[in-house]
Amino acid sequence: MSAAEPGIELTAFDQALLRGDQGEGASFAMRILVAFARALGAPGLLDISGAHIDGCLYHGQASLDFVERLVAGGGRVRVPTTLNVGAVDLIHPELVRLREPERSPAQRLMTAHQALGCEPSFTCAPYQTRFRPTFGQQIAWGESNAIVFANSVIGARTNRYGDFIDLCCAMTGRAPAWGLHLDEPRRGEVLFRLSGSATTAYAGDTLFTAVGLIIGWQAGDRVPVIDGLPTPATEDPLKALGAAAATTGSVGLFHAVGITPEAPTLEAALRGQPPVATIEITADDVREALRHLTTVSEGTPITAVCLGTPHFSRAEWDRLIALLATAGQPRVPIYVNTGRATLEVLETDGRLPQLDVPLIVVTDTCTYLTPILERLDGAVMTNSGKWAYYAPGNIGVQVAFGSLDDCVASAVAGRVVRIAG
Amino acid sequence: MTRAARAYAGGAAESTALVLKEGLSLWGGIDVDTGCIIDQSHPDVGTCVAGTVLVMPAGRGSSSSSAVLAEVVRRGTGPAAIVLGRADPILTVGAIVAASLYGIACPIVVCGIDGLTTGLRLRVTAHDDATADVTIIEEGEAR
Repeated sequence: MSAAEPGIELTAFDQALLRGDQGEGASFAMRILVAFARALGAPGLLDISGAHIDGCLYHGQASLDFVERLVAGGGRVRVPTTLNVGAVDLIHPELVRLREPERSPAQRLMTAHQALGCEPSFTCAPYQTRFRPTFGQQIAWGESNAIVFANSVIGARTNRYGDFIDLCCAMTGRAPAWGLHLDEPRRGEVLFRLSGSATTAYAGDTLFTAVGLIIGWQAGDRVPVIDGLPTPATEDPLKALGAAAATTGSVGLFHAVGITPEAPTLEAALRGQPPVATIEITADDVREALRHLTTVSEGTPITAVCLGTPHFSRAEWDRLIALLATAGQPRVPIYVNTGRATLEVLETDGRLPQLDVPLIVVTDTCTYLTPILERLDGAVMTNSGKWAYYAPGNIGVQVAFGSLDDCVASAVAGRVVRIAG
Repeated sequence: MTRAARAYAGGAAESTALVLKEGLSLWGGIDVDTGCIIDQSHPDVGTCVAGTVLVMPAGRGSSSSSAVLAEVVRRGTGPAAIVLGRADPILTVGAIVAASLYGIACPIVVCGIDGLTTGLRLRVTAHDDATADVTIIEEGEAR
């Protein structure tokens, strides 16, 4: 097989894995990885020290057959490897109303990954766990929001990996020496300048989500640089920005001048070269972008609020708990998707039981992926651009987007309410 | 009439060409039960790729297209072979996984696609040394 891989240089280790010296599972993974690297045009492979696998969501029998083949071949991941969400909440199984014949294979897919040595994190926000990578670390991550967060906010290095390949990287500890693993392709190319009008008219979460939508639409496959973004108090608005950008486009890395680690200055983000294009973002652009996330008018009754896409962080829980303490009694359930590890901390702290509100905590999956919501006949309010974008198509609901404050106020009012500012 | 190509996934197949003007994302783009194109924004929506030599300028879209290609090959609703104008890592992975798991080859080769039109009979052969041939079979020619 190695003789038939012209144009790619393999180390003795790579060739040993290909030959099957580390077992059939590793050999199978290496064969696929080499073919992928060759199709990319990568000159060879490089070492990685972490992986995140987006293969737990069931797309059909082939997904399960692939993982079970690796298990049967004695495969083990060679680097610490976290798992993305699946279709079932293994901690709260009664919440997910997924029926057979889909439910069993969906659940088997999640547990088969654990047999390979993957951590049962089942979160789309592995950067909130103890497996968070560090600046400059070479990793192979799947899940679009996690990829853009790792590259942009942390400065770790991954390409946009996906089905099968993220796991092949984990099984071999190798990735193609190509793309965002290298220096030059991380250079910012398209400059987005945020006007004063945009930052004055829109504050907090909604501004970051709108900027994410816009750079996703307009950057194409070039690395965007954002100048003029206000410094956020936590990393959560950057999470929202990245998730939105990876929803409307294929952004794997963005730089925010003065905020993200590879962009201390505009010149550094552009690596001393002029931008290939400059795009202004005005208050009108922000308003227009946000319009795409709402399908119902102000005042429309809602049946639920959905938070935590990507998974709710500890800082977001702090904000929500504080808001709920003074907001009054919600009339509709508030669903919050969060990571197992985050939920554990909340439970240890004993903070959730004090809340006397219809709060439904979902782990391991997400409310837009699988049947969880009790009622799909009304509008749902969310603070997530990604949820608002995908949920109407995935689960057939009407949707309204707003800030976290708007969402809590709307839950109490039972209809879409937006707090000015 | 044979043109030289590069092989990305192995195997040999002969069938009728289906030439798409635009790249197709298999994830969200085809119905895995039938192999028909369901992406409403694609100019060839409604056409079925099952059993054809699928010719397109490039792949497109979601990385989940790897899993969808493997799944349609497994079900027998996928293309017999894929000829691309530009290499596509996502589709390559799907074809290699399908071949490894099910022993069903869906060769993927890359070459110039000008002059290939829907309805032509094509033979696609991927060789072990990563070279490949795409041959237009003339009517009446011995197969």
